[in-house]
Amino acid sequence: MSSNDSIKKTVVVALSLCLVCSVFVAAAAVGLKPIQKANKDLDRKQNILSAADMLDPSKSVDEIFESIEMRLVNVSTGQFATEEELSEAGINPATYEQNVAAKDPALSIALAAEDDIASIKRRAKYSAIYIVKSGDSIERIILPVKGYGLWSTMYGFMALKNDFNTVIGFGFYDQGETPGLGGEVDNPNWKALWKGKTVYNESGEAVLGLIKGSVDSSDPQATHKIDGLSGATLTSNGVTNLVHYWLGEQGFGPFLSNLKGEG
Amino acid sequence: MSEVRKVLFAPIMNNNPIALQILGICSALAVTSSMSVSLVMAIALTMVTAFSNFFIAIIRNHIPSSIRIIVQMIVIASLVIVVDQVLKAFAFEISKQLSVFVGLIITNCIVMGRAEAYAMKNPPGMSFIDGIGNGLGYSVMLLIVGFFRELFGAGKLFGVEIFQTVQNGGWYQPNGLMLLPPSAFFVIGLVIWALRAWKTDQVEAPEFKIAANSRVQEAH
Repeated sequence: MSSNDSIKKTVVVALSLCLVCSVFVAAAAVGLKPIQKANKDLDRKQNILSAADMLDPSKSVDEIFESIEMRLVNVSTGQFATEEELSEAGINPATYEQNVAAKDPALSIALAAEDDIASIKRRAKYSAIYIVKSGDSIERIILPVKGYGLWSTMYGFMALKNDFNTVIGFGFYDQGETPGLGGEVDNPNWKALWKGKTVYNESGEAVLGLIKGSVDSSDPQATHKIDGLSGATLTSNGVTNLVHYWLGEQGFGPFLSNLKGEG
Repeated sequence: MSEVRKVLFAPIMNNNPIALQILGICSALAVTSSMSVSLVMAIALTMVTAFSNFFIAIIRNHIPSSIRIIVQMIVIASLVIVVDQVLKAFAFEISKQLSVFVGLIITNCIVMGRAEAYAMKNPPGMSFIDGIGNGLGYSVMLLIVGFFRELFGAGKLFGVEIFQTVQNGGWYQPNGLMLLPPSAFFVIGLVIWALRAWKTDQVEAPEFKIAANSRVQEAH
């Protein structure tokens, strides 16, 4: 056994083991990458479709997704990003990762504390949005939203009708809230409450939000209110804040009013 | 043959890595909130333990003792990365729920414990079986904990509704604590209690005995 402990043997064993292991690991990582990427894409598409209430078990996700167009929007100006603008910023729309861009100082802006009601600190300059068209006109539009709840940043999509006011669907695809309490944001029954609610009041402010308890249907403002999650006040506040942020002046507000003007 | 059986089945009841050796508790707390996630984690850990034991046993006569822990770690870490990649490719939904815990198999004391305690001294075949056996012991505990947590925390088993919960218009008020990691402590504790009541040789000798106070002046 003592020959095992010579310096030469130690170095040889360490080197050859590292070599063999690295070949294994590299082979697994490289060989499986295409399948993993396909899974990720499929997952994202599925989340978008489920927010837009377009999932259809008889069709494959890719098939349905063909009717959806992805566009990048300059959030501050509220206009679709032009090609020159994107190539100047070095963005390739096909591979654009918004949540990565939100951390890149060159591709995002820092938010002032008083504007940052959703507690996201930085916001990507360009946001990917998804458009469902029927013929030439927009039928529905799907917007990415995110904001801080109690424990975690919640990432989701909100789908709006072509009046850019009525909610078609809303859901999170990533959140780490308390299971059974704040985690109920994933409850299908609760998500169904969002359908048909309207975001903006008469003066054009984004007011849709969660209230404590259940919504009284005779309330004239009921269309802007959604049942809070019981036992999860902070998560509920987080959801309200992120809706106000992303659909307000700081978020997609200018973009949606531009679209409305065109329509 | 009886040796094989002993190595394979002893870790399930008589020498369970979680219940008797109290190893691998951290992942048992984290991933047991539902049965399907527990099952995948159990399979992943069993595979890693078995193969790491196997490969380490193959090279056991060539491992310099000065770097033996590092050598074991390299083998284990490589296997865990491979398992993580495979899960991401073929069980994407579940790999999202397991998130970092697959990676943390590297630090799971069971894997390294078996490599050091068994695979360093035994031939590859038996080491492989030892890995499977200890993986099964871990799996059994994980599934028991997962069973109670998912059933009482969400009213489901493997995602299928058993008790209809109040949120979905039923009668069962789910126990939110069961969905949080600390509840696994209670379940594991109760299982250990039950196991030791049944197999009394697992009971540890008390470190000290409680006796009546014999010092009169303190008794007042």
